[in-house]
Amino acid sequence: MSATQHADAAALTMSGAEVVLRALKDQGVEVIFGYPGGAVLPIYDALFQQNAIRHILVRHEQAAVHAAEGYARSTGKVGCVLVTSGPGATNAVTGLVDALMDSIPIVCLTGQVPTHLIGNDAFQEADTTGITRPATKHNYLVKKSADLARVVHEAFHVARSGRPGPVVIDLPKDILINKAPYQEAPPADQPHRSYRPQVEPDMAQIRKAVALLKAAKKPIVYAGGGVINAGPEASRLLTDFVRMTGFPCTNTLMGLGAYPASDPQFVGMLGMHGTYEANLAMHGCDVMLNIGARFDDRVTGKLSHFSPGSKKIHCDIDPSSINKNVKVDVPIVGDAGRILAALIAAWKDDAAQPDREALAAWWRQIDAWRAKDCLRYVQKGSIIKPQHAVKRLFEITQELGKETFITTEVGQHQMWAAQYFGFDKPNRWMTSGGLGTMGYGLPAAMGVQIAHPDALVIDIAGEASILMNIQEMSTLAQYRLPVKVFILNNEYMGMVRQWQELLHGGRYSESYSAALPDFVKLAESFHGVGLRATSADDLDRVIREMIAIDRPVIADICVDQKENCFPMIPSGAAHNEMILGPGQEGGVAGVTDEGKVLV
Amino acid sequence: MPDPTDNNMRAATIAVLVENEAGVLARVIGLFSGRGYNIESLTVAAVDETRRISRITIVTTGTEMVIEQIKAQLDRLVPVHKVSDLTMEGAHLTRELALIKVVGRGEHRVEALRLADAFRARVVDATTESFVFEMTGNADKIDAFCALMRPIGLAEVSRTGAVAMLRGATGLTA
Repeated sequence: MSATQHADAAALTMSGAEVVLRALKDQGVEVIFGYPGGAVLPIYDALFQQNAIRHILVRHEQAAVHAAEGYARSTGKVGCVLVTSGPGATNAVTGLVDALMDSIPIVCLTGQVPTHLIGNDAFQEADTTGITRPATKHNYLVKKSADLARVVHEAFHVARSGRPGPVVIDLPKDILINKAPYQEAPPADQPHRSYRPQVEPDMAQIRKAVALLKAAKKPIVYAGGGVINAGPEASRLLTDFVRMTGFPCTNTLMGLGAYPASDPQFVGMLGMHGTYEANLAMHGCDVMLNIGARFDDRVTGKLSHFSPGSKKIHCDIDPSSINKNVKVDVPIVGDAGRILAALIAAWKDDAAQPDREALAAWWRQIDAWRAKDCLRYVQKGSIIKPQHAVKRLFEITQELGKETFITTEVGQHQMWAAQYFGFDKPNRWMTSGGLGTMGYGLPAAMGVQIAHPDALVIDIAGEASILMNIQEMSTLAQYRLPVKVFILNNEYMGMVRQWQELLHGGRYSESYSAALPDFVKLAESFHGVGLRATSADDLDRVIREMIAIDRPVIADICVDQKENCFPMIPSGAAHNEMILGPGQEGGVAGVTDEGKVLV
Repeated sequence: MPDPTDNNMRAATIAVLVENEAGVLARVIGLFSGRGYNIESLTVAAVDETRRISRITIVTTGTEMVIEQIKAQLDRLVPVHKVSDLTMEGAHLTRELALIKVVGRGEHRVEALRLADAFRARVVDATTESFVFEMTGNADKIDAFCALMRPIGLAEVSRTGAVAMLRGATGLTA
């Protein structure tokens, strides 16, 4: 070591762990979700000696990532996670892929064995950067103390900018213990060496879009999670644009809340379990404006039959989303908010007027589809229909006027929540859309409740999914988080059972939830309150009681075991081949062998 | 605009300028395997030590839509500076280097040397029963030479994969 290096070393006063925490603080981190272990003890020691960052101790690393996702999705901030090496990192992988698929900004710090042991199969060593490479937007292994602060700042920039996503920073223990220099974050206007996502749209493309839209006779706006990610202003602009034009608007599962569900121009969610009117409007439209959605297979159904007669405008911040599944006519790369602002400005500049006569005819057609009342169900007798349970939950929360956030697990209950709970604002709906991760909802609700301590946070769950991260009831108790778990308990993995009924001859292979716990006692054993509704007469009382209790609650809602989720576009079918519920037109036939292959 | 109903495959030679850092090649290869794209050949080496830039040359095949996807997916990797589809950008040069070992005696040796001369392959190693030839060219030329050597006594082939560059004054910079 040279004399000057000695001098520099002497000037260093912070350990690597302290540098990491300082960088987190400078990046605005207030809360970190984590679980300690050998390799990250230096960070836990530094956390102990400061007050700026609050640590929430989860009970499983997967839950730490989902909690950070709930925190991020409900606030628009980057969610932060801290886990140890080896199993700590591998347990986090499901959460990382979930965040990658749904474009949620996460920075996940993973411990690593000291640099001199990397590659030696040391205790709790895993090739974390290797394992998480396809699970993240980007990842880093810090091998030099001098890189530490820069890497943490860059990780936050990568996680939150462009198409947001999870970023892993793998931190060897010696790097955390050794002294390290601190550097401030680079100024926001200093471009990254190689990573420069396009935010501002190309105005020529915007004008082409306006020309198509104003000539449209049967237009539709199809908005997705990108609008939510672009911030609440983007949702306001979307609402402005849709109202200015008088066009119908549909949202994807990830986009619910981007356009107010209570607005008459909202035609409901689209896709596999979307509304009849939304899917037929997508099928029959002549101009489609996609903002911040990615033509997911759950949305398009059979690709070759997807919206065959329309010109398609696709606005996305990720150029790789464009022309990936569906060929589009006018691609626009940029931030959804900036694109909407530009569209509104260009529409006004052009003094554009929609074709009012054609639009009126289009609305008459849509209203005729709406008249099918595709979400109709019949609640009679004492058996609780799951749709009715969600509908009453929605109505009662509306009536109480409390700020309400909903998370879900994955399956039938998730689709019923999407269909029957109306969202008028963005960031109120947290669900695992792309990956479809059972066990997402409870930890996500935990993260939401941390960010919004006074709000009503409800995990609409199924009895199977909830068991996948049930250990987090303990975290709720520790931090006195009054999360409500609303279980639609049909004693089946309902969506699996539904597919077995429709596609596999009713052979319910391994889809019955045998040997379930008593959820009331389970809640009590976790220091919460357990409630149960077994009859329709109990439902309202249980919902009101659940909301009134200022502690974690599990409400076990015993629902109709045989209920299926409709409407449904069967696998491999087109939008106009959707099937409605029993007693409505369309049977459950029509799943081809080709369709059976699809998930 | 790529047409999804167009199932015609085409070859593409793609030059990618990347940060010369650990893991960058794994990111590129992982992208191809993870998304099921073909790699016909892939070469990589540092080209600018001071700016820490490496150049990757990938030869791939796919439909127009797939090639567009490959370029967009490469471009969104954080350490990727620039992606250039040389096949689309215009006339370009492609070169590959190969070492080819041929084992034989008598007439076969004479024939091997005669063909090597015709293909402008250089002898870089010789024993009484073997030659190692070095040759440079495009992939077709090397394929043709190897095919001719097979009945004569082709024993081993080592190829670099293609490197490529646009003709003319325009340079690809990060």
